[in-house]
Amino acid sequence: MQGNEACAEGALAAGLSFFAGYPITPSSEIAEILSQRLPRIGGRFIQMEDEIASMGAVIGASLVGVKAMTATSGPGFSLKQENIGYAAIAEIPCVIVNVMRGGPSTGLPTLPSQGDVMQARWGSHGDHPVIVLAPYSVRETFELTVRAFNLAEQYRVPVILLMDEIVGHVNEKVRLPHPSEIEIIDRQKPMVSPEDYLPYCQTEDDIPPMANFGEGYRYHVTGLCHDETGFPTNDPAKINSLLRRINRKIERYRDDIIEVAELELGDAEIGVVAYGSTARSARRAVIMAREEGIKVGLLRPVTLWPFPEEQVTKLADQVKRIIVPEMNLGQVAQLVKCSAEGKTKVVPLTRVDGEPISPQQILDLLKK
Amino acid sequence: MDYNKYLRQDKFPHIWCEGCGNGIVLKAILRAIDRIGLSKDEIVMVSGIGCSSRTPGYCDFNTLHTTHGRALTFATGVKMADPKLTVIVVMGDGDATAIGGNHFIHAARRNIDLTAIIFNNYIYGMTGGQYSPTTPFGMHGSTAPYGSIEHPFDISALAQAAGSTFVARGTVYHALLLDKFIERAIRKKGFSVVEALTPCPIMYGKWNRMGTASNMLKWYQGNTISLKAASTISPEQRGEKIVTGVLVDIEKPEYTEEYNKLIERVQNMG
Ligand SMILES: Cc1ncc(C[n+]2csc(CCOP(=O)(O)OP(=O)(O)O)c2C)c(N)n1
Ligand code: SF4
Repeated sequence: MQGNEACAEGALAAGLSFFAGYPITPSSEIAEILSQRLPRIGGRFIQMEDEIASMGAVIGASLVGVKAMTATSGPGFSLKQENIGYAAIAEIPCVIVNVMRGGPSTGLPTLPSQGDVMQARWGSHGDHPVIVLAPYSVRETFELTVRAFNLAEQYRVPVILLMDEIVGHVNEKVRLPHPSEIEIIDRQKPMVSPEDYLPYCQTEDDIPPMANFGEGYRYHVTGLCHDETGFPTNDPAKINSLLRRINRKIERYRDDIIEVAELELGDAEIGVVAYGSTARSARRAVIMAREEGIKVGLLRPVTLWPFPEEQVTKLADQVKRIIVPEMNLGQVAQLVKCSAEGKTKVVPLTRVDGEPISPQQILDLLKK
Repeated sequence: MDYNKYLRQDKFPHIWCEGCGNGIVLKAILRAIDRIGLSKDEIVMVSGIGCSSRTPGYCDFNTLHTTHGRALTFATGVKMADPKLTVIVVMGDGDATAIGGNHFIHAARRNIDLTAIIFNNYIYGMTGGQYSPTTPFGMHGSTAPYGSIEHPFDISALAQAAGSTFVARGTVYHALLLDKFIERAIRKKGFSVVEALTPCPIMYGKWNRMGTASNMLKWYQGNTISLKAASTISPEQRGEKIVTGVLVDIEKPEYTEEYNKLIERVQNMG
């Protein structure tokens, strides 16, 4: 099974029933599979006129209470950004898959890249909450797609599954878990009557319950800054509390949201921080280096945003240097540098020629 | 008829300028809804961004104020997720045919059961009077200080060409006809468009020396002609007059109904 297939399967396992998309390499298989599968389970698929429209349709469907997703790649991801910001401020759960390809612009349609790490976080204007997950294998793509839906529903945020061309197209044997083994989280519905419903109320957990359109709650949703009732406001205190609350949702639950994987870190003197398909090469490089007696370990952010700062700081305390291989000009290396706080040397290993970073390349740098 | 039944009274006063026609269109929408007898819970009113797109905020329905030009895309998701909902989409001429032009023609082509009501005031009201895709040739705006040298869209003709199964054009001067068009548009199973000509005295009126708001209303009286009347005279006699009335009313398979059939078909394939 391919990564893109695993993504489609994961979405269905999570309860997806609406998909809107626009064809783009290397993500199109996800749409193709779902166009076939969704009507079979009574769900709906639509090919919209562009990626802006796909993102809008996903938000509209989610408001009615269905789990909704779109999938795209670089140029299409750029087009979705305004509406991703809408989902963030209006707190509409949704999942956006970006199977990264080389950019900027039309760039390298069929070749891998990891150039959208910063766009995934900051592509939409204004301070806004998003969660970004980066799978490194086919099996993990399935798991993280399920998790993306769960996080979106739990925190009422757009969740971005940041795959890359290699993860999307690699073929691996996987045994998918039985539905009974899969944990599914659904959004909190209001416990109060429509008369008492405040759609954007300040709750103890910062996550207001969400009513579905059409169920009698008749509330207002807008991308303008709004108060607890959901209507636009210019009151500085209300604007401040809205924007701080929607961003606090992520900060406050960092420990739940952040997931990292570790390999051979126990006695490591050199650290490698790698994610997505590059972590496959990094893993191989660590094994090869260990065979040669080099004490090296791998820290792999599975959650890219919020960035696992504490874990990197801890690693920086332990090792003499950290190598950050990635298929861009050092987007995560910059983050690692910030988190390392000068405690150790951070060495970027960058590549933007459409070729993957090989284990040997990383090993060579480890030996230097 | 009791308009208050459908309004969020605590949201008034509204933001529209004195003499703006938007409120007249809003009332026509509410009269149409009242006559059809729809319950407030089953209506989703969606809009883009602009003065006209503030309409849903005043209405006691499920209301969705989206991003500029994208109302029809959100509405498509709502309608697909629950085809039983009645989805009414309110847009300005800029919202629907400039930034949202692509979505407009594709929603029409698909023939998805949405009712699009376009408040056509020939200008970008909210941003301060810049010319729009419907500003007539030679007319002025804050970004057409020497007169527009672009050719305007005929929204109704565009809607028809793109495949809408119902198209009507009315004006706020003929407000009691407008609600009849809107009523038929909502009742129509398919993509329906009502182009409502409505004055923006503050921006369009000022830039083009159209006089007071009531002068602008009278302009619609003098410069429009009903389809029926137009059909009895020659095009030369008709001249520049804008034709109003139900311009299209045809039958075509509707998208969400077709999707339901598709679901049934593939589920029976086993
Ligand atoms: C992406 C984007 N571009 C531009 C704007 C600024 N803007 C807000 S309303 C508007 C035009 C509104 O004109 P129209 O749709 O004709 O509606 P009216 O205000 O006349 O009712 C524009 C350009 C925006 N909000 N978003
Ligand atoms: S600017 Fe024009 S369209 Fe906007 S509220 Fe004022 S009169 Fe109406």
